Amino acid sequence: MLDAALTRRLRNIVGDKFFRDDSEARVAHSYDGTPMLQSLPDGVIYPETTGQVSEIMQALSAHRVPVVTRGSGSNLCGGTVPIQGGVVMVMHRMNRILEVDMENLTATVQPGLITASFIAHIESLGLFYPPDPSSMRISTIGGNIAECSGGLRGLKYGTTKDYVIGLEAVLASGEIVRTGGKLMKDVAGYDLTKLLVGSEGTLAIVTEATLKLVPPPASKKTMLAMYKDLYGAARTVSRIIESKIIPATLEIMDNPTIRVVDDFAKLGLPRDMAAILLIEQDGDPETVERDIARIQEICDSEQADRVEVAESREHAERLLTARRSAFTALARLRPTTMLEDATVPRSRIADMVLRIEEIARKHGVSIATFGHAGDGNLHPTATTDARDADEVHRVELAFEEIFEAAIALGGTITGEHGVGMVKAPFLEWKVGAAGMEVMKGIKRAFDPDHLLNPGKMFAKETRKRVVIERG
Amino acid sequence: MANPTETSAYPKKPAINHANPLSRTLLAKLDYDQLTNCMRCGFCLPACPTFRETGLEPESPRGRIALMKAVADGLMEPDQAFADQMNHCLGCRACEPACPADVKYGQLIEQARDAIEDHAEHGLPVKGIRNLFFKGVFPHRGRLKWMGKGIALYQKSGLRSVVRGAGLLRLLPKPVREMEGIIPEASGQGVVERIGTFYPAKGEAIARVALFRGCIMDVLFAETNVNTVKLLSEAGFEVVIPPTQTCCGALHAHSGEMEQARELARSNLRAFEEAGVSYIVSNAGGCGALLVEYDHLLHDDPAYRELAAKFAARVVDISQLLVSRGRIPAFDEAAATAAEPVTITYQDSCHLRNVMKSGNAPRQLMRSVANATFVEMQEADRCCGSAGIYNVTQPEMAGQILDHKMEHANRTGARYLLTSNPGCLLQMKLGVSKHGDPAAMEVKHVVDFLYERIADRSDP
Repeated sequence: MLDAALTRRLRNIVGDKFFRDDSEARVAHSYDGTPMLQSLPDGVIYPETTGQVSEIMQALSAHRVPVVTRGSGSNLCGGTVPIQGGVVMVMHRMNRILEVDMENLTATVQPGLITASFIAHIESLGLFYPPDPSSMRISTIGGNIAECSGGLRGLKYGTTKDYVIGLEAVLASGEIVRTGGKLMKDVAGYDLTKLLVGSEGTLAIVTEATLKLVPPPASKKTMLAMYKDLYGAARTVSRIIESKIIPATLEIMDNPTIRVVDDFAKLGLPRDMAAILLIEQDGDPETVERDIARIQEICDSEQADRVEVAESREHAERLLTARRSAFTALARLRPTTMLEDATVPRSRIADMVLRIEEIARKHGVSIATFGHAGDGNLHPTATTDARDADEVHRVELAFEEIFEAAIALGGTITGEHGVGMVKAPFLEWKVGAAGMEVMKGIKRAFDPDHLLNPGKMFAKETRKRVVIERG
Repeated sequence: MANPTETSAYPKKPAINHANPLSRTLLAKLDYDQLTNCMRCGFCLPACPTFRETGLEPESPRGRIALMKAVADGLMEPDQAFADQMNHCLGCRACEPACPADVKYGQLIEQARDAIEDHAEHGLPVKGIRNLFFKGVFPHRGRLKWMGKGIALYQKSGLRSVVRGAGLLRLLPKPVREMEGIIPEASGQGVVERIGTFYPAKGEAIARVALFRGCIMDVLFAETNVNTVKLLSEAGFEVVIPPTQTCCGALHAHSGEMEQARELARSNLRAFEEAGVSYIVSNAGGCGALLVEYDHLLHDDPAYRELAAKFAARVVDISQLLVSRGRIPAFDEAAATAAEPVTITYQDSCHLRNVMKSGNAPRQLMRSVANATFVEMQEADRCCGSAGIYNVTQPEMAGQILDHKMEHANRTGARYLLTSNPGCLLQMKLGVSKHGDPAAMEVKHVVDFLYERIADRSDP
């Protein structure tokens, strides 16, 4: 329950309609896209301006009430579950494109803007904004910045952090800071812009972002290669990169995924394949043709069982169907779907896929893996039932081992979903004790009272490492 | 992947003995598996018209499912705001194709409304009107005919001009008042009275099919029913019209009167059983969508379960049947008007698109019309706000949605705005009369439009 004086103050800032503490609003902001997490906030607030955000933070700071900022709540790490109650701040009303600067090729936007609407607008102007998380039809730019979202184009074009060049943000105290600008070079002090990107709402509340735009590629070509040998697929990935070709898309699906996708979409995929690679190249037409031909040679020399290059847009769409159906097909298998994003150096993709399959067998759980082979970012996806406590526990043990395995292969616990609550107990495995201390110091500098998204990123206790039995 | 067998004995539903009686009913009626299947990814949000209008999470399918689950789980009491939110949903089911996990949202919202209705204390006027229409009119062929005659009498006898002239319409609530103006000429003469119960195929019969004539369709759009039969005949189908068929029950099911919906379904199953047809053809997306789900509706009725499954498997929309099995006649704008080539556009029937999955068929037919250019209206797949009787029960939201719809419709510059469901048809007529130019844009049922444009039409 919030203090009556505080709720009065909050209502005065945004108006009665935009602060709610009824049960409907509280229940509807008690979850995000992460399975099995729910916690009720005490109130929900919808600011319209940076000024209101600042005033809200002054009020909340004075009353020591925590705040969780959110866009559409589609994240997969428990990043926007108000685990310590307090106020959920929904940014949907701040959803305008403030400016597209055609001379500097930048766009300045508010955080509540839906990613896909932004991309559609930018493309209508003949420009390109590459970060394309799979949730982009509902995710917001603010959410993408908070989680540093990736997507299918990450390998060639980078992720959200590579496109955010300036921010306006409100600190816990209510003070407003501006970082970066329409600048391609700026070394004035620590790079606070990059620090805030991926900070998961724990350091400041982003109220405006300046984004870098690029010219769009002139053409694109799509191909599919299937392998009976997982290592053949993995070597193909490495050799494409070695040949100094960076494809726009380089996706992999493992055998369990292929089977589920084929059951779902009835594509007639060969069910005995160990892996399928989906490859796309974009750029000027001659380069695209040359790269695709070269990639085809590499696939053949690595004993791909079948290689198919799309002859038309419709043909390309057909080839893309398998990969696009992966999440849907898996989501329909069982009531609960847990999608993680362990990431390894791309040369270790095959080892990681096999380790995941081995770990799933060991714990008697179903995990299928697909993901962005080109940048080593895999999505091991467990299908289970939240009501089956025993199986859910085994899934959790399996994921712990998967995180451990990723780190052992030189990888990380999360490539693009963020730490949030789900991976907080494992963060120290990746960054070490000293790394944790630095991060906690940064957190203290920004938010000494732990009001911004508390309970995220930093767990009360780091999980004890499990001993990996090899062989 | 190893398919884990569902042998473990974990509880499928929380074992809570709720103190609140509505909570108990909700826990009993809601399909808890479906509630669990929602993984809260949020992919449904951009598909939902009420979320798009408000930007508020509770106004989204994910939000509404979370509210239902919170009540079932004992996390909240089902207050008036809860009931209002369940009724705020249009039931367009655009969220279902968008859902990766295939959550049966349409079933959940009907279960929730059914439970709420069990405990609802309507004031006398509302209760009276609900009883009058749901029990007293829609299910009764004879009374529907009388209602049709009554409306026709009102429209033709001069009584309408007296009422309008005297300003008596002001006594009616605004949404009803607005509708009064656009309701087409009603009739007590339904399709059977006009052409009998059998109509032969033109040429060799491809299949024998039965027409589902609907209740409102047959009173307000009897001519469309006649044209449906004739169009089917032109395309090579032999048509029977089982005369004992009744209302499909969709309006009942959407309003929480599930038992009445099931009773109507049973009557229809009996009525069509003897017809011996390969297909049961609907020309109203709203009716067809419930007919195609009779198997689900009667799933727990051992006496009718099998019959319902057989029935549901044969239900098809006329556009889909024409496209997939028919000898599609040559359509030509010149057959209807001598005018210049025209532009046509289409407003989806949500239930035809999202439930019957036949959104492409009408478009394919419209594209085949000579001397007519089909243009896709922006957001044609978004609900028009009609949604059964939503425009009467939730006028504010319905009006807001219609305003946005008409912006897109007017931008097409189409001479004809076509649709596949009587509710959408009336709503779009209302839209054109409020925000458009009725002289420049005519709203029609796809079937009427197509039938009038058959190049070499003849009686079989």
